[in-house]
Amino acid sequence: MEEGFFAAFLVAIAFACLIIAGKTYDQVMAFHMSIGSLAAAAGAFVIFKHYFDGRAPAPQEVDGKPNYSLGPIKFGAWAAVFWGVAGFTVGLIIALQLAYPVLNLDLPWTSFGRLRPLHTSAVIFAFGGNVLLATSFYVVQRTSRARMPGTIAPWFVILGYNIFIVIAGTGYLLGATQSKEYAEPEWYADLWLTIVWVAYLLVFLGTLWKRKEPHIYVANWFYLAFIVTIALLHITNNLTIPVSVFGTKSYIVWAGVQDAMVQWWYGHNAVGFFLTAGFLAIMYYFVPKRAERPVYSYRLSIVHFWALIFLYIWAGPHHLHYTALPQWASTLGATFSIILWMPSWGGMINGLMTLSGAWDKLRTDPVLRMMVVSIAFYGMSTFEGPLMSLRSVNSLSHYTDWTIGHVHSGALGWVGYISFGALYCLIPWLWNKKQVYSLKLVNWHFWISTIGIVLYICAMWVSGIMQGLMWRAYDQLGFLEYSFIETVEAMHPFYVIRALGGALFVIGSLIMAYNLWMTVRHGEAEEADTVPAGSMAPAE
Amino acid sequence: MSLWNKHEVFEKHSIVLVIGILVVVAIGGLVEIAPLFYLKSTIEKVEGMRPYTPLELAGRNVYIREGCYLCHSQMIRPMRDELERYGHFSLAAESMYDHPFQWGSKRTGPDLARVGGKYSDEWHRDHLANPRSVVPESIMPGYPFLLNAKVETRDIADHLKANAVVGVPYSEEQIGEAARDLVAQANPDSDNVDAFLERYPNAIVRDFDGDPKRVSEMDALVAYLQMLGTLVDFSIYDNKANLR
Repeated sequence: MEEGFFAAFLVAIAFACLIIAGKTYDQVMAFHMSIGSLAAAAGAFVIFKHYFDGRAPAPQEVDGKPNYSLGPIKFGAWAAVFWGVAGFTVGLIIALQLAYPVLNLDLPWTSFGRLRPLHTSAVIFAFGGNVLLATSFYVVQRTSRARMPGTIAPWFVILGYNIFIVIAGTGYLLGATQSKEYAEPEWYADLWLTIVWVAYLLVFLGTLWKRKEPHIYVANWFYLAFIVTIALLHITNNLTIPVSVFGTKSYIVWAGVQDAMVQWWYGHNAVGFFLTAGFLAIMYYFVPKRAERPVYSYRLSIVHFWALIFLYIWAGPHHLHYTALPQWASTLGATFSIILWMPSWGGMINGLMTLSGAWDKLRTDPVLRMMVVSIAFYGMSTFEGPLMSLRSVNSLSHYTDWTIGHVHSGALGWVGYISFGALYCLIPWLWNKKQVYSLKLVNWHFWISTIGIVLYICAMWVSGIMQGLMWRAYDQLGFLEYSFIETVEAMHPFYVIRALGGALFVIGSLIMAYNLWMTVRHGEAEEADTVPAGSMAPAE
Repeated sequence: MSLWNKHEVFEKHSIVLVIGILVVVAIGGLVEIAPLFYLKSTIEKVEGMRPYTPLELAGRNVYIREGCYLCHSQMIRPMRDELERYGHFSLAAESMYDHPFQWGSKRTGPDLARVGGKYSDEWHRDHLANPRSVVPESIMPGYPFLLNAKVETRDIADHLKANAVVGVPYSEEQIGEAARDLVAQANPDSDNVDAFLERYPNAIVRDFDGDPKRVSEMDALVAYLQMLGTLVDFSIYDNKANLR
């Protein structure tokens, strides 16, 4: 039944892509449709092969224990490592391009304007997305004590998502973009992601429906909010009219000021629901697990969950202060951004206080230290965010590198570190190893990348504020003191320091990749599956 | 304690939880976005706004494709230094035909909302091909390949049609003549110039890239840059009537 459905669907996709690839004169479209057609045909082939080999479906339970579906999680975890290293490296390249413009090479495919979306999408959606998919599949199965439904569906989600990443990334390099920040992929990639996302929601809900625990664990509330809201945001922000089904280009239905509002409603909630709610879910499972302590407060999780998702959605227009967006809208956005400080810190407190009675572990366990520092970065950037959303502060900070610094304290510190922590936990668990290959290397990773982050965000704070002040500086005669190009020149040393910070972060991620690889290859085996599943019941 | 127990309904029924999430996240978006479509004060009434010419639209698509918006904003804020540096603050009406908007979020380079007419075509050409030839300290990438890339004219009418579907008031005639109009705008000697100017009054007709033999992406991009921010005549615009 499931096999028949997916096989028919993939065959249909393969043919549709083939027809479009054959008829288009848009080379990017032909390339992407060929990828789509080949991938769909390969998927259908594998399904047919398994069917004719007469493979029995995996049992739901083995020896009275749930037979968790781990294959897609293993794939997602390694995809995250791969895309992480790739995305950080592209970030380093574009950082160097800003310091040394000759590195743009004057070629279309290597210029800053095309590589920058590649960097943001690779780190947010490819690295972050695979971390979220892999951990959510793991957490929802463990906390439900049930195997994910279907054999093909979870694979369809994880592989389909990575196909989307490949289509999106190669599209940017070849010039296919709709220019909406963090939603650059064109209409056909968006359509494909929508299909994958619906399958993701169904697999996730399907696992919850099979659960043997009476309660849905708190991490799953956050995963669910992330999945549902991202679907809503993605569809609304990407409503486009393609010029033709045979071309990549489309025009968004929203115009001007409304488009700006929809875009930043989307953009800020990509932060709120992709990079915050999703990763808070990771915090709510991996931190208690690693610290071997229950979540600090059950009530706090309830209050901060509902408050966070209610308030976050309002914050978008603070990206549009002093623009042609009506002031009532941007003021409303800023007001809610200030209120949002409270649930954000509620989450931070709940995460940090989970360590009550286990603080000594920070000395001995660098993985836990990484996760705790990530929560500290979360607290810092969710304090800085409301500050920057204030009209007066924003008039200085907007359009400058301060914003870039703020984003990276959240992205490198919070999202990066909680993901690294989760991967350091997840990969030994998935391959039945006692521990990562080397805790010493984790320690190295931690310190090298921490120095990298500090260099990065300090350089951007200084240069951003300096840039903002130079733009508005007047001389004694009442003329603007600096021409624009003088402010560009002044940025150079800080761009170099930032690139150095980025390089340290890349080195850290390479150490992690090596360490995780050695864990799988040479890690000490765990005798039996001793990860207790029951300890994750809600702390009532 | 009883109130906390009520939360069980969300923890035990996944669909109730999903519905709860949807309701809670829908409110903020509805309150902030929906009024922008019916509040008349959102977009002020101004003289001069017209849809992009086919060549400008093609240039705008090059601007989008190359990711120019990642370093250049097109949104001048109403602050003393910005008004002096860039000109009159941007009006909502000035992006009413923009699908998508190009306000940007970062000024690694200067704002471009009113760059039109500030530099010569030759300057733009040299600057785009090799920015450091005219601004030695510039960190902008070079785009020499634009000069050799021919603008695609086969489907330009479909581009106008798609814009018309999303609400840009292109006439049947403008859509039908799109390909001819695109070529005419870059060639002052063309027989179609008069007809083009009738369809797009006040549009600039010039050989933007200095090569009369073909219409390159450089023609298109420079045509777009040269019209940016020039449609509204601020010598007759009453900004008191539209204070925000």
